[in-house]
Amino acid sequence: MKTPIQFRLNGEDVAAFVEGGANLLDTLREIVGDLTVKGGCWQGTCGTCTVIIDGVPRLSCITLAETCSGSSIETAAGLRRGSELHPLQIAFMERFAAQCGYCTPGMLMAAKALLDKNPNPTRQDVIEAISGNICRCTGYEPIINAVLDAARDHTRSRV
Amino acid sequence: MLEFRKDIFADERDDHLQEIGQPTQRQDMLGHVTGTSRYYDDHRFANLLHLKVLRSPHAHARIRSIDDSAAARAPGVKRIIRAADVPVNLNTLLSLMQFGKDDEPSLASDVVRYKGEPILGIVATSERAALEAMALVRISYDPLPAVFDVEEALKPGAPSVNPAYPKNTFEYHGKYDHQKLRFGDVDAAFAQADIVLEDRYQMSPIEHAPTETNGSIAVPDTNGRIVVYTSTQALFFSLDTAAKINALPSNQLHFIGGTVGGGFGGKVDTMTEPLAILAARLTGAPVRYRLSRHEEMQFGSPRGAERIYIKDGIMRDGRIIARQVRAYFDSGAYTRLSSYAVIKCAGHIPGPYSIPNVYADVYCVYTNRTPATAMRGFGVTAIDFAIECQMDKDAVAIGMDPLEFRMLNAYRDGDMKAHRREAKNCALIECAQVAAEKAQWPLRDEFRRMSSRQGGGSARAGVTDRSRMPTPAAPPRVPASTAQRAAYERPMPAVSPAVTPPPAPPIPPQPSAPAGSSHGARRFSSVFGTRRR
Amino acid sequence: MTITVKTFARMDDAANALMQEREARFMAGGTLLMRAVNEVDPSIRTIVRATDPNFRRIGLSSGRVELGAGVTMAAILAERELAYLHPAARAVGGPAVREAATVGGNLFAPSPYGDFATMLLALDATVTMAGGFGQRELPLEELLSRRERGALLVASIAFRRPAVDAIRFVKVTRVHPKGASVLSIAAQLPLSGGRVSHARIAYGAMAPSPVRAKAVERALEGRPLDATGIAPALAVAHEGTSPVDDPIASAWWRREILPVHLRRLLLGEYSARHS
Repeated sequence: MKTPIQFRLNGEDVAAFVEGGANLLDTLREIVGDLTVKGGCWQGTCGTCTVIIDGVPRLSCITLAETCSGSSIETAAGLRRGSELHPLQIAFMERFAAQCGYCTPGMLMAAKALLDKNPNPTRQDVIEAISGNICRCTGYEPIINAVLDAARDHTRSRV
Repeated sequence: MLEFRKDIFADERDDHLQEIGQPTQRQDMLGHVTGTSRYYDDHRFANLLHLKVLRSPHAHARIRSIDDSAAARAPGVKRIIRAADVPVNLNTLLSLMQFGKDDEPSLASDVVRYKGEPILGIVATSERAALEAMALVRISYDPLPAVFDVEEALKPGAPSVNPAYPKNTFEYHGKYDHQKLRFGDVDAAFAQADIVLEDRYQMSPIEHAPTETNGSIAVPDTNGRIVVYTSTQALFFSLDTAAKINALPSNQLHFIGGTVGGGFGGKVDTMTEPLAILAARLTGAPVRYRLSRHEEMQFGSPRGAERIYIKDGIMRDGRIIARQVRAYFDSGAYTRLSSYAVIKCAGHIPGPYSIPNVYADVYCVYTNRTPATAMRGFGVTAIDFAIECQMDKDAVAIGMDPLEFRMLNAYRDGDMKAHRREAKNCALIECAQVAAEKAQWPLRDEFRRMSSRQGGGSARAGVTDRSRMPTPAAPPRVPASTAQRAAYERPMPAVSPAVTPPPAPPIPPQPSAPAGSSHGARRFSSVFGTRRR
Repeated sequence: MTITVKTFARMDDAANALMQEREARFMAGGTLLMRAVNEVDPSIRTIVRATDPNFRRIGLSSGRVELGAGVTMAAILAERELAYLHPAARAVGGPAVREAATVGGNLFAPSPYGDFATMLLALDATVTMAGGFGQRELPLEELLSRRERGALLVASIAFRRPAVDAIRFVKVTRVHPKGASVLSIAAQLPLSGGRVSHARIAYGAMAPSPVRAKAVERALEGRPLDATGIAPALAVAHEGTSPVDDPIASAWWRREILPVHLRRLLLGEYSARHS
């Protein structure tokens, strides 16, 4: 007996039928078809699956899908506008803030959640914002620098 | 910022670098930041089935009985895969290079040898269905005595872990139970030394913990082949290993590697492809076999733990005149890449230092732990850790600055290494000088003037007992066009790792040298034995 | 077999369902429950939820704070009036976890988790249970001692508003800023004439659940918070503790470092931050 849910995904209306107990990560990847959300642990400990739900960062692997009915969800798929990359995406590229790339979508969403609320973060704010996201490759410094760059560019371009 | 010290060894280089030193963007960076880089699991198939593996809860046990009948009937289950279903159920990764005996089953049948060892595969319409069915399997075990310590495993009477190697050590060339390095006379040197310092170093197993766990999806293709999307770092290793285990010609498999979500060596063991392929063949459907995070920690191979004993003989003037090493690799229950790691370790001893008397024994030991594998310089990282800690202790013992101590003992060009190769293109001294400058670490003038190109090959670094050196073979013809001396072109004496050299094998008939071949030297390789390259 | 999700508008109905349904578990933030669901824990067949507005209510009156069990760590952090709770709230997970993790859920989080519960214990909190037996209020300490037994549903947690300067908290962890506790210490140290009066000290990860360090509390009574004053308290730091080995730390290590961190906390070397 599946439950119907409806929500907005990156600005588009989406509907799905989900099994009882289904988590949002599997729902997005397997049913809705958004493969930009990645799964690392399915335990809520690595942050790889981070998405934004109603403006706040959430771990999709431990979010019951049906609690998202009516919500607005953002994933990495929604970052670019057409061919225009989000300042965070540009900054990550310029600062070499990804190697294997697997943690990157979750990292970007954690960073976006920060910048959407705090456009002028300190270095400590950035560290706190990504503290729930594990990266095994970069050592975090390039990521922190990228987020700070994006904050500066973002602020500058908001005329 | 990156700084190039091109003043150092400037006369040895042609320095028109086009790519090195210039930033360049990763070809997949745009994919990474848009979330569109394709990992193995970023492919969707109709009617995808899911393989989950039931694993041993015991470190060492005999399997008395398996009753999977209830599991086979459980909702959503399409197929149970048993040991008897695996076409070639014994393998070792490096059998592809004829190195080592096949020792590891894909599914255990009579005995389990480490906690987490695979026993049964369950293929179902969802992971949930597979896991619920798994709870219905009844297996009875007779626990066996287990061994978890490398030195305990080598004592007489220790439980025998791996039937291919009953004495709990890997066998090199069919008869040697460890790797040996012998150079000079350490006992005589220890007797002469002003200070003898001995210590023990222990590393824990280290898990790679990539953010993407190991996994693969095997998909029956329309022409009878199987297409495999895999997280592997070693695409060709994995294809050939999977072909062997499935008794398939390798051209029946099409392996597609995507981006690897973190490997670090933890995705070279072909962990999931063979069973995923078997499941796809048995069901006719695409099958995904994905390790959970818990499986990645427990079953995914770590960099193996190592125990290393180092004994140094030092003179008060700072020279290390003897180094004796005894090292044990914890390979876990099966070989995988540990046999090779031990060779790398032996090749690395005694470190980048000119020591006239060296004695090392390095063992690949089996215990009832998760089998170890490659990780970031495995075979070398641990021995380096041990050597460098020991160097610091040596320096403290004689009251010398630890950096100067290293520089004093560093290889110089022309020194004879314990492996009977001449040290060339040494640079430890120059690296230390630059590091000292950057760290504002004071060095005495004498050390600031040192050079890797001076002082090598002298009695300081020479072999004390020249009678122990084998006579070099007659040098082969070296092409006159070779302008620069390349180490690989020098004649290599036939060197045996054992104290008594094995009888020289017959020299195989020499094929005509392919065009461009630069030498005809007979080499001894710790991996391949004596044969032509 | 599928899982059934049942959502109730009232806490009491949710509590009754929890008792009546077989293999039912209550989902507050889901940070621990969903992991078990993902790993196909066979003891979970029904997930019970509540949309009761009281569940997420923060009630601030002049002397009393009342937190609905569903109040999240993020909601605590957004409430300036509860600034003294922020160090403990910030100690829970990373930002995404804090948007889901609840005060009530933390009461049932197994050691070494439960840092916020440790803080509440030092605040002498009481809990109000939901369910068919009417609203029952009991000390948090009592709930923690029997939280393994029975289908318990906490509706809200309450405590008397403390003297803000008297609150101290430290979480000792290997990974900064986020990581499971090696141990945590929460303290309420009211001073009267420069001497401790009615201290409350609680430890996290030093026992199967957060515990009060009552011997330490007694030894601090009437003492100044200087090196000599706290010496008798440090001498009994371990009383009532029973730490275990886990993947984070060994029991031995926890015992070794407890007095070090207690001393620093009592001397004010941590103020209100992580270690």
